[in-house]
Amino acid sequence: MFLSIPLRLMQENQSGTILSVSATGELGRRIRDMGLVPGTAITIVGRAPLKDPVALRLRDFTLTLRNNEADLITVRVGENGETLQ
Amino acid sequence: MNATMALMGNPNSGKTTLFNNLTGARQHVGNYPGITVEKREGRLRIEDMDITVVDLPGTYSLTAYTQDELVARNFLVDTNPDAVVTVLDATNLERSLYLVLQILELGTPAIIALNMMDEVRRKGVTIDTRRLSALLGTPILEMVARTGEGRDSLLAEARKAMRDRTPHPGLRISYGHDLDETLDRMQALIESSNFLEGRYPARWIGLKYLENDSEVMAQGAASPQVHDRLREMAAGLAEHCRKTLDTDPEAIIADYRYGFIAALLKDGVITRPTTRARFDLTDRLDSVLTNRLAGPVLMFAIIYGMFQLTFALGEVPMGWLEAFFGWLGDTATAILPEGLLASLVVSGIIDGVGGVLGFTPLIMIMFFFLSFLEDSGYMARMAYMLDRVFRIFGLHGCSVMPFIISGGIPGGCAVPGVMAARTLRSPKEKIATVLTAPFLSCGAKVPVFLLLAAAFFPNSGASALFWITLGGWVMALLTARLLRSTIIKGEATPFVMELPPYRMPTLKGLCLHTWERVWQYVKKAGTVILAISILLWAAMTFPGPSEETIAEFDAQRTRIEASAWDSDEARDEALTLVDNAQAQQELRASVAGRIGTALEPVSSLAGFDWRTNIALVGGFAAKEVIVSTLGTAYSLGEVDPEESAGLSEQLRTDPAWSVWTAASLIAFVLLYAPCFVTVAVIGRELGWKWAAFSVAFNTVLAFGVSTGIYQFGSAL
Repeated sequence: MFLSIPLRLMQENQSGTILSVSATGELGRRIRDMGLVPGTAITIVGRAPLKDPVALRLRDFTLTLRNNEADLITVRVGENGETLQ
Repeated sequence: MNATMALMGNPNSGKTTLFNNLTGARQHVGNYPGITVEKREGRLRIEDMDITVVDLPGTYSLTAYTQDELVARNFLVDTNPDAVVTVLDATNLERSLYLVLQILELGTPAIIALNMMDEVRRKGVTIDTRRLSALLGTPILEMVARTGEGRDSLLAEARKAMRDRTPHPGLRISYGHDLDETLDRMQALIESSNFLEGRYPARWIGLKYLENDSEVMAQGAASPQVHDRLREMAAGLAEHCRKTLDTDPEAIIADYRYGFIAALLKDGVITRPTTRARFDLTDRLDSVLTNRLAGPVLMFAIIYGMFQLTFALGEVPMGWLEAFFGWLGDTATAILPEGLLASLVVSGIIDGVGGVLGFTPLIMIMFFFLSFLEDSGYMARMAYMLDRVFRIFGLHGCSVMPFIISGGIPGGCAVPGVMAARTLRSPKEKIATVLTAPFLSCGAKVPVFLLLAAAFFPNSGASALFWITLGGWVMALLTARLLRSTIIKGEATPFVMELPPYRMPTLKGLCLHTWERVWQYVKKAGTVILAISILLWAAMTFPGPSEETIAEFDAQRTRIEASAWDSDEARDEALTLVDNAQAQQELRASVAGRIGTALEPVSSLAGFDWRTNIALVGGFAAKEVIVSTLGTAYSLGEVDPEESAGLSEQLRTDPAWSVWTAASLIAFVLLYAPCFVTVAVIGRELGWKWAAFSVAFNTVLAFGVSTGIYQFGSAL
């Protein structure tokens, strides 16, 4: 079983696969250039001290996004937060 | 034979390290995404070839998204370099290849330098370089830029490429049926109409129309018929994609590019160990350094510790330099006949330049630490941790870089700081950053602060500087907020930023960067500041008081000498008073004294007398000049060279000075108009309207704050 949730709601150390990116324009282009495209496996590495931005691991590197940017990315995660590949 | 070689690559790919390795050029390497903004050139000789190596800005993509990307793309197209070396971080192959695909699609023959192979090997990953090279149709060489491993084979390959100049057939990626079909029609139209005169490959132009690339479309608008047809095709396709797939062509293009890379790498190119280390060094460090509680505490501890260490280490050589310039001044006074020449050499040149050079050790140590923070990757973590705070003030996490370079950690300089703001995408956040960054404690202001701190806050130089730095931050952030909610309102821009792996900077790299910055400072002291010191000395010497005034002082001296005195000391004291008064009169009668005196009625509200005014006017040329001008001003006013032990001693004992005068002056120096070099850079980055604004606005703000401090203090 899996759930579709916005990236913002993911917990630390939770993994998932990107389902869709609804960002458009410059933000969308920047997000995609960095490799956040559907089908990409990501893991939340942590959050900044003030809970925003969020740091995530994908394709062998670490990327940071603001929460309002993470809202535009939908991720498929396991129902109980288990890792899905 | 002359040739041009361009270096391309992602930020943090080690491109700049390779550039340093190839050319031996002194230049700054940052671990923060996007620090290499300017095109940098170096020279390299391979056998009979004289090669100009161009270090292009680090980019992730070749869209027109950032200025960096545009610079890199236009260089490839317009300069058409003889060889293009693309530096890839081999530990991060997938994302690095995204840029390679775009370079190849542009039809540029690129040599791929697979950097950081040592880390790849350590992780137990194997990359089938030969296979990847065959699949991409371009040479790939493994290397370790830090150690120089693979340098020779890379140069041999580059030499071959520059000699043969074999064009790359151009990479053709399939973007799925719908896009391919439209691209084919676009390509036919572009080729048949010679659209954009063959500047770019036809299919690539088509792609740019599908991606809505503002730069290419602006060029295309010159041939309206074809341009409109292409736009119609792109719009039709976009409509179709939206209806059938609920997405846009731009997203599809990125998907297919990453799909293409995944297919490349799946083909046995990359083999990972079955058991992967769960945590590598970067993860372990980040679990502490960016920890919710420990992270910020450590960040402030690191910054504060840096100050303390800088002072502890810098004190000793600073003492030596001070003693040396003191000795030099005494020697010159002894050798040269009394008069204008001695005055010029001692007061104008030695005191002026010595005052600035005395701080070199401090600046050297600070730059060393700063380079370490940047090159190690920690600076990006600071942006990450601070973004939430910066956003409150209408700025961007990336504003931390221009702020820190400008003097967020004292010892910076607003000139490179303002230039570092070029990586900020949003014009509004950029304007706010550029306008407020000069409020921070740049290396040139530090001597002024240290001087005043030593005089009025003894034994607490480091903590005084810490609080002044903090004050600079507070003013910069509050002013940014004010600007962002008044004259430069607007939405926030994307943050999307890489946290590069922690890497131990090489000692050689750190020394090169430190040396480069210190040398710039010393050069400034030797040229601009020397010239200004002399100019100011002249302004403070000429035209001088009238003959009658001088005659009056001479008459006083004659009277004193003719009178009967209890002791020689008492007589000398009386003579000294006359000399002091005369020196005072001489300075007041000079050009600078007249300007300073004219401003005094206004400046006295903030506690500044005419001497301080002269120094502050001089400080507009370069902030270092404030110290040397105060030095010149006061040494002109004193008689006994034995008493010139230190300007701070002079100020401390001056009855006109109080702690509140010092605090008011510190605030004014921190906030008032940026030096003219910075103003020139602001003008280049934002236009002259903003440059003029920063001069006027900052000075008015500074005067307001200083007046507030002084009036408050005096009322106590």
